[in-house]
Amino acid sequence: MLLRHTPKEVTERTALTINPAKTCQPIGAMYAALGIHGCLPHSHGSQGCCAYHRSTLTRHYKEPISAATSSFTEGSSVFGGQANLLQAISTIFNVYNPEIIAVHTTCLSETIGDDLPQIMKKSIDEGNTPEGKVVIGASTPSYVGSHVTGFSNMVKAMANIAEPTGKKNGKVNIIPGWVEPCDMEEIKRISAMIGVDITLFPDTSGVLNSPLSGEYTMFPKGGTTIAELKGCANAIGTLALGEWCSADAARFLDTKHKVPCSILDMPFGLKATDRFINALRTVGGTTVPEEITDERGQLVDFISDMHQYFYHKKVAIVGDPDQLISMAEFLMSIDMCPVYVITGTPGKRFEKRIKEITKESPFPVNVKAQGDMFLLHQWIKNDPVDLIIGNTYCKYIARDEDIPLIRWGFPILDRQGHQYFPTVGYKGGIRILEKILSSLLDRNDRDAPEEKFELVF
Amino acid sequence: MRKVAIYGKGGIGKSTTTQNTVAGLAEMGRKIMVVGCDPKADSTRLLLGGLAQKSVLDTLREEGEDVELDDIRKPGYGKTWCVESGGPEPGVGCAGRGIITSINMLESLGAYEQSEGLDYAFYDVLGDVVCGGFAMPIRDGKAEEIYIVCSGEMMAMYAANNICKGIMKFAQSGRVRLGGLICNSRNVDNEKEMIQELAKKIGTQMIYFVPRDNDVQRAEINRKTVIEWKPEAKQADEYRGLAKAIDENKMFVIPKPLEIETLEQLLMEYGLMQAA
Repeated sequence: MLLRHTPKEVTERTALTINPAKTCQPIGAMYAALGIHGCLPHSHGSQGCCAYHRSTLTRHYKEPISAATSSFTEGSSVFGGQANLLQAISTIFNVYNPEIIAVHTTCLSETIGDDLPQIMKKSIDEGNTPEGKVVIGASTPSYVGSHVTGFSNMVKAMANIAEPTGKKNGKVNIIPGWVEPCDMEEIKRISAMIGVDITLFPDTSGVLNSPLSGEYTMFPKGGTTIAELKGCANAIGTLALGEWCSADAARFLDTKHKVPCSILDMPFGLKATDRFINALRTVGGTTVPEEITDERGQLVDFISDMHQYFYHKKVAIVGDPDQLISMAEFLMSIDMCPVYVITGTPGKRFEKRIKEITKESPFPVNVKAQGDMFLLHQWIKNDPVDLIIGNTYCKYIARDEDIPLIRWGFPILDRQGHQYFPTVGYKGGIRILEKILSSLLDRNDRDAPEEKFELVF
Repeated sequence: MRKVAIYGKGGIGKSTTTQNTVAGLAEMGRKIMVVGCDPKADSTRLLLGGLAQKSVLDTLREEGEDVELDDIRKPGYGKTWCVESGGPEPGVGCAGRGIITSINMLESLGAYEQSEGLDYAFYDVLGDVVCGGFAMPIRDGKAEEIYIVCSGEMMAMYAANNICKGIMKFAQSGRVRLGGLICNSRNVDNEKEMIQELAKKIGTQMIYFVPRDNDVQRAEINRKTVIEWKPEAKQADEYRGLAKAIDENKMFVIPKPLEIETLEQLLMEYGLMQAA
């Protein structure tokens, strides 16, 4: 009972978060930046920030995460970080020679008021940024929003280098949001099957799920190239997957370069994937091939075969807004009941959206944006659930309350597979259902009395 | 829309000058938003007829992040919009960050959108450009013209010169320019000539010489700008003159701040003239 001090009675807390369901903005910014080919993320702040953000990503993706830091000292905090960043840009291009540096700020540099655009401009004027190389920057104070905000801010900074040529290139921009490298691969596979030429950004496939070849390359072969990012201004449309992760960048391209955008939910589960496929087909002017229809049919088949085991099972879900919205919808569509929904990311729209999605639920639904794991645990103590879906931090609650846990979201620090097996699309839906079913039936097998121990389900 | 920031030494009369000038511009039919960037939140008192304003940061603290534009801006004299950034109590927190937060919030709420039909946004900034936060109003894309309020007193001129250093830094990478020095007279000897000379040396102009007049005090006691309190006063005409000069100003420069020795010498010359 590691969390034995958690009381059952819920009292209102205004000034205390316990076991937060979110982390720092720069972690999101760093993850997004790694989805650019040949990019070295740079943390403009003290060394500790950078070390923490790198190690969190490494623990989840099990890959080395390279990132540089401005190494603030007492002096930098007093005099501003400009000199450090200028020196860093020059050193990085000289020593590591990336194609692009993606700078994100930290609490300290934001508070002392370093003006990133001004410093980046100076680095070009002073020749620290060599011809043909790029520096982008995003403002990411951790005391605002969450890691999701940081991700979104960096994606917007990526869109900022788009350059119109005046001629449409026939491509469609897809902004996948914070999904696993394999999910990004899956989105590319689906788009290719539908016959739409896409620019996916960011794209961490081939970066954070790269093979062990025996040779270390600082910049793996994956990632969206700078040329592709520049071309985003000439696309015929943008599909942004997830309001929180991707909408800002898409709207930016719409306003600045007149690339029309649609904001969709992340394609987890049947309905959200349907909407994604339909939007992709429409904007690309193609038809959906039989193979996709078959994949959909397989998912529907799975749902109908095993529906009785899903029916009215109560689920607690924790994670980031975009993922939870699609997951809640998916669970509702198979007659499972998301009863507790928690994200650490602020935004009242989230609570509204979840309430809309779950309005047909037979059980009351507790939802909280800017909530924490402590509150979730209290809710579960008052009325338990059959399943928890969330990141690794949920394992404490799962163990204390003896509830099966499916690891899904960020971060997953103690299991493998999330980098390799997608959960987006129809096939991803099958993967989610397989995990849910296995968890529920394993529990059933464990607890069933001898006379009810079944061989066949 | 023209975005103007007013800087100057603490206590020099920035807020008073700003509000009276804004009243003059409003009289000319201009639509203006005033953003007070002082934790004391007293930059819009004369336009609002008192300290009725709830500041952006107070609103943020009490109501969380879901703030509406109308929660934080109040209509003042001459259809102006008045906003106070506010800040922490003296001695705690970070006032500079407060300014960054509140200007970001105004932007995300669309206070500067074309649909708002603004001709001017005025930032009234506390004292000196003491840290990164107080430079927020002159970052690229924010205020594009700066006026420094000063007088013939030595410390005011020191401060003006110092502010020019901040402007120079941002002007090199952005569009911010110095529009001129506003001399808010303290009845120092040779004041007008001295400020004109200082302006010339910095590479700018003395855009207006506002004489000292106790009507300003009297209007302040009545919580009004001079233009509202006593439109026929001579001082009201002076502020109208300053408003007109700003409205018609075409001289925008990257300032060349002086070395301390040069500044001292300037003071010596004009000070000695008086002695002689």
